Amino acid sequence: MRRRRLNESSGDLPIDPDVDVRDERAHPERDAFRPPASRFPRGRRRTWDILAMIAAGGGLGSLARYLAGQAIPVQPGAFPWASFLVNAIGCFALGALMVFVLDVWPPSRYARPFLGVGFIGGFTTFSTFTAEIVDLVSRAAWTPVAMYTSASLIVGLAAVWAGIVLARTIAGLPVRQGKEPAAETAS
Amino acid sequence: MTLLLVFLGGAVGAPARYLIDRFVQRRHDNVFPWGTLTVNIVGSLILGFLLGARSGLGLPQGVVALAGTGFCGALTTFSTFGFETMRLLEEGSAREAGLNAVGSLFLGVLAAAGGHALAGLFA
Repeated sequence: MRRRRLNESSGDLPIDPDVDVRDERAHPERDAFRPPASRFPRGRRRTWDILAMIAAGGGLGSLARYLAGQAIPVQPGAFPWASFLVNAIGCFALGALMVFVLDVWPPSRYARPFLGVGFIGGFTTFSTFTAEIVDLVSRAAWTPVAMYTSASLIVGLAAVWAGIVLARTIAGLPVRQGKEPAAETAS
Repeated sequence: MTLLLVFLGGAVGAPARYLIDRFVQRRHDNVFPWGTLTVNIVGSLILGFLLGARSGLGLPQGVVALAGTGFCGALTTFSTFGFETMRLLEEGSAREAGLNAVGSLFLGVLAAAGGHALAGLFA
């Protein structure tokens, strides 16, 4: 595995949208966690308000996911539409949000913890996704399990990409950033 | 009542994800998103156990709503997983992106099945 720090060369979106350690070090004024600084006695309080925003967003996101599951009941052994749609929509939203948070909106302390880490993170879920795969396998529902697994991955990635591209287009930013155009087809 | 339990579980699960992710990401220096992989595997294991315990041990629906739908649902995340994989692809780290996608899927399903089987041992 290459030990390359991607963001330092093409500084734009981080790899990890929730916890960008490099970003925290480089821009301590950014909304995410400050590094634990024992020199600052107020650091702990600053940690708790971020955690509270994440908790509020995570609770609301989980609630929205639960309600989506109630609204779209899924038959046993059938394609789990509710989780699929929740995860696809969440991927799209996170892609768009990260562009706005990092490149468009003025720096905000709570936008990313509440909306990104909290709401969208709590809205989408990986554990239900894997549990549903296990359930479908146990029912020998091979076609739904193959469709669900591949569609979740492909549509999820495409949705992230679409969210990023749409947000950059709306904001009037170049769709491709930090790279020479010739490298476009490489990925 | 179920709504409140889901909310409370999610309100604990999301900060837990943040803290674990942060804890793991600070302990290595490469681009691979180990933090998200960790929470997704742990959450899959717990949810698998809870669902196995529901069918095998008659775990109350309220506990499943709180710890399963709420906590595990918010502890794990698909959007961050998708975002990180997409960003790795966009940055030209196709190998890491593929490893992350396949590894998360494989280990997550394995953890969910393992949790389910573990609950079966107590039934």
